[in-house]
Amino acid sequence: MSRIQQAFQEKKAFIPFITCGDPDLETTEKLVYAMEEAGAALIELGIPFSDPTAEGPVIQEASLRALTGGVTTDKIFDMVKRIRQKTQIPLVFMTYANVVFSRGIGHFARQAAEAGIDGLILPDVPFEEKEEFDGPCREYGLDFISLIAPTSHERIRMIAEKASGFVYCVSSLGVTGTRSSITTDTGAMVRVVKETKNIPCAVGFGISTPEQASKIGATADGVIVGSAIVKLCGQYGRECVPHVAEYVKKMAAALEKQEQPSPDRSKCVN
Amino acid sequence: MKKGRYGIHGGQYIPETLMNAVTELEEAYEFYKKDPQFNAELTELLNEYAGRPSRLYFARRMTEDLGGAKIYLKREDLNHTGAHKINNVLGQILLAKKMGKTRVIAETGAGQHGVATATAAALMGMECEVFMGEEDTKRQALNVYRMRLLGAKVHAVTSGTATLKDAVSETMREWTRRIDDTHYVLGSCMGPHPFPEIVRDFQSVISREIREQLLEKEGRLPDAVLACVGGGSNAIGAFYHFIGDESVRLIGCEAAGRGVDTAETAATIATGKLGIFHGMKSYFCQDEYGQIAPVYSISAGLDYPGVGPEHAYLYDKGRAEYVAVTDDEAVDAFEYLSRTEGIIPAIESAHAVAYARKLAPEMGKDQIMVINISGRGDKDCAAIARYRGEDIHE
Repeated sequence: MSRIQQAFQEKKAFIPFITCGDPDLETTEKLVYAMEEAGAALIELGIPFSDPTAEGPVIQEASLRALTGGVTTDKIFDMVKRIRQKTQIPLVFMTYANVVFSRGIGHFARQAAEAGIDGLILPDVPFEEKEEFDGPCREYGLDFISLIAPTSHERIRMIAEKASGFVYCVSSLGVTGTRSSITTDTGAMVRVVKETKNIPCAVGFGISTPEQASKIGATADGVIVGSAIVKLCGQYGRECVPHVAEYVKKMAAALEKQEQPSPDRSKCVN
Repeated sequence: MKKGRYGIHGGQYIPETLMNAVTELEEAYEFYKKDPQFNAELTELLNEYAGRPSRLYFARRMTEDLGGAKIYLKREDLNHTGAHKINNVLGQILLAKKMGKTRVIAETGAGQHGVATATAAALMGMECEVFMGEEDTKRQALNVYRMRLLGAKVHAVTSGTATLKDAVSETMREWTRRIDDTHYVLGSCMGPHPFPEIVRDFQSVISREIREQLLEKEGRLPDAVLACVGGGSNAIGAFYHFIGDESVRLIGCEAAGRGVDTAETAATIATGKLGIFHGMKSYFCQDEYGQIAPVYSISAGLDYPGVGPEHAYLYDKGRAEYVAVTDDEAVDAFEYLSRTEGIIPAIESAHAVAYARKLAPEMGKDQIMVINISGRGDKDCAAIARYRGEDIHE
């Protein structure tokens, strides 16, 4: 069983996203350990891109901070190697097509796999263009993660059929960033995926509060949170680790509660 | 070739959220491009509203001065709104209207595409929002005012280098936010399929006319067609109907900025490499890690780190040539055409004029060159004055 599959085995998976090198790679490394300790089941590591077209202002600014600080794909691979010596938590890269393409897709996939990465998410590579990336990823044992969106409708089955690792369900229209309410019926999206293939579904985009995590977690296998965490990194800089850890703990706990409703809570309802 | 591909270039590298929207657009376009009613309406708009066909003008004084090829200017600057951009915009807005869309969004660099979109939106009674790099809103303040006057909302984009590439990114982001009632009027022959094809088809009226007009005037085809290239919409429009005629040299003039050996350049084919960005595979100015380079040109309309996929393909095949023209050369040409022919070209188009000044004397007197004057230069006067150290108030 792959590390990604294991992440979804026992409980609902809380999946935090951080931008590598924001504010520096030392802090990124510390964040990985602290978030695992706080209950993260899988971690998304963003390789910053100069022009992240699927991101809202929070992650755009984090990417800029990281790149200005001098982070590069080479330095990120080195960091992942260090992390892998200390932990077995599943790690997936999230970045943009050109970061992978410019290195040579096969070269990137091989180096990522050797460093200990488990999967790759590219928001600007839809189903129609995925073969070019999916082939090399499979060759080196990386899961190329597919995304579905509120506008996917009849495309969901086609995407789910060829999905590997887990399916990233985009909860809202627009770019990444926190939202006060999420109106998409993510449960229905997950149902269509599950009818097609038995694969874990994690929901992301817009989620920031324990209440949202708990509600969405009721019908999904995992919840992904990016901007709310990256905001803490921006706010506290090198001092962000305890703040992020505390937040992850709260969110992971909210998801767990969802999984096994306590007797106390049902009493409250009555 | 695969659908939406130009050799290895093109494709649809966009978020899943937009996939159904581009598929819907592709289906609508496939239907309407063959619909006689649609084509009749578009021709009516192009002729009666935009003022087509545009003139093919024999530049006698420039021809005499340079002493080589006979030079014709394709006067896209005489179109309504002052540039070739209106050709594409009228087509796309008519298409959007047929698709039931009530709102259009657009990116703009120099402001010409934004003005054209705001104009057509006013004409068709559609809501319009334009995204423009903050840096460009300063360089092209007059065009910002024109768009507002036409009823459009203009958003100054502050992310990245605050120029055209950031305006494109922000318009794409806006499209993922609101898709149902909104069409993205992409202004150049770039982005995800079907945009490069749609924009090329709507702009190809330029080469169709050049061909007819020159056959009528000279009874033959030109030996060279020159056009400036940012994303490349006026160039692909001017080249398209000559691609099959190997005797016609097709020359795209890129913006070298302060020079292709400096970091302050926007000459993609001269300095870029293969990549994936803004929905397409093509050539892009980028660093060794695939980070998109902050490009520079005096011309806001050519200040873009990529080039349309069909140009990348024509370059690969050796069918079209691409040359780089510096700020200095373009500004000289801007002044040269103004004084020699009494025509003030857009600083973008001045890049093509600049290369023509080098090439024409090398050509024979029996040869014919056509320069596409893609837009007029009123919008650039203040910036060129500043470049020459003179501060004028608009």
